[in-house]
Amino acid sequence: MIRITGVRKSFGGKPVLRGVDLEIRDGETLTIIGGSGQGKSVLLKSMIGLIRPDGGTILVDEADILHLPRRELHRIQRQFGYLFQGGALFDSMNVAENVAFGLRHSGLSRDEIQARVRTYLEYVGLSGVEHLMPDELSGGMRKRVALARTIAYSPRYILYDEPTTGLDPQTSDVIAELIVSLQKRLGVTSVVVTHDIKAAVTVSQRVAMLHNGVIAAVEPAEALIQSRNPVVRQFIDSSEFCWRMNGAVRT
Amino acid sequence: MIRGVAVGVGSGVIAATRSVRGWFSAVLHGLGSYILFNAEVVRAFFSPPFESRMVVRQMYEIGVMSLPICLLTSFFVGMVLALQTGYASIAVLNEPVNVGTVVTFSLLKELGPMLTSVVLVGRIGAAITAELGSMSVTEQIDAMYTLGTDPVKYLIVPRLLAFSLMLPLLVVFTNIVGVAGGMLVSAQEPMYTPYTIYWEDSLQYLRIGDFFHGFIKAGVFGIMIATIACYKGFHTGGGAEGVGKATTDSVVTSIAMLLIGDFFLSSLLIALRIG
Repeated sequence: MIRITGVRKSFGGKPVLRGVDLEIRDGETLTIIGGSGQGKSVLLKSMIGLIRPDGGTILVDEADILHLPRRELHRIQRQFGYLFQGGALFDSMNVAENVAFGLRHSGLSRDEIQARVRTYLEYVGLSGVEHLMPDELSGGMRKRVALARTIAYSPRYILYDEPTTGLDPQTSDVIAELIVSLQKRLGVTSVVVTHDIKAAVTVSQRVAMLHNGVIAAVEPAEALIQSRNPVVRQFIDSSEFCWRMNGAVRT
Repeated sequence: MIRGVAVGVGSGVIAATRSVRGWFSAVLHGLGSYILFNAEVVRAFFSPPFESRMVVRQMYEIGVMSLPICLLTSFFVGMVLALQTGYASIAVLNEPVNVGTVVTFSLLKELGPMLTSVVLVGRIGAAITAELGSMSVTEQIDAMYTLGTDPVKYLIVPRLLAFSLMLPLLVVFTNIVGVAGGMLVSAQEPMYTPYTIYWEDSLQYLRIGDFFHGFIKAGVFGIMIATIACYKGFHTGGGAEGVGKATTDSVVTSIAMLLIGDFFLSSLLIALRIG
């Protein structure tokens, strides 16, 4: 379980997170929605120690990651997988080397690592691409390779930063299905950051709305569309407006 | 009118003071950040696991791949040194005196380490900053953390180790080729210095300390270039524009620090009677 209490973070004197309180239960997928620049990615990166908050506590299985010694923090970080918005694949390595990177010091033999790389690439629907370099892949393929790399070392928690942003609707659906399937098959606890309402409703059990640096509401995913919270309502309405506009343009 | 001038001058002085204070504060902040970064590198250097494959790869890239351009530069520097020394000597003394001594001393103690370092700043330092900078802005360095690998250990330590080992070795080769270039030119018209005389001149006043003088400087220069290039790359932000800016900063800072550091390091080595 991840329990976030009173997390604050400012950049250059400008507060981004003003006291975030949030609890992520074991085995669930929770999505954090909110407009651009609201600090969703900052909150996500704080959970894994990539950004150090100015105050508050982040408990991962009762261990406060903000006050842990380096070695202990690394042990906790190893339980996390992080899917970056752009994939963050290593340019100088091919697909197989990218997926195998997290297994380098796992004690597995080279054959075992190769087998695991093939398994997880197949799992995300990519076979026979092991030798390709990242710049030879499409945006959707990059995200899927990054996802294979993230799950290859079997993390307990997976953090997704805008997993469907910049992808066409079909590829977005494929990524959303993969997130759901991962939660069902591997039982991982996931936190998804997105401003894509459709993806939020599809992949998660609960949705938290981050607004003005605090969690404005936490709703069950199935009740999100009917939410009466004014902040959530405004966000959903503006998203629906965008959908309709897109539909009208397509028509 | 006088009041207006006084107000204008006063505002100018206040603005200049603020600007100097801001610049000074930025320099101090940068220096502090650079020192903390190096402390982190030292910590990573001594903690296992060791990335020996990465070290070998970087040694090949920094040492072997840079050898041709370093040798070419040094060869021509040796030749032009012999040419200038020979002509100056003929003009003043009517004969070429101690051309080999001047070429060898200049190369071993000063030009060998400095010119090789400058070539490596352009060829490797800039590339390191651009590569790490682009990794930083595309979150690849963050990705490394999340995959259980310390990027300082994986990316920085091998580059630092390779730089500080390969630069002195490169300097040995460039010195040999530079001295040979000088020997070739001094044998030609109007110096006509036989190879044996040139060689005797070269070795006559040379002591082992002179060799170590250049060798130690090359090692220190290697550490300076590697840490500046890595620091600038590792702390790059602001997308593609940021990468370009960081690369330019890296080259300018490295060359400035090399020239400034060279004076103080040479003074120290001379005070310690090393060369």
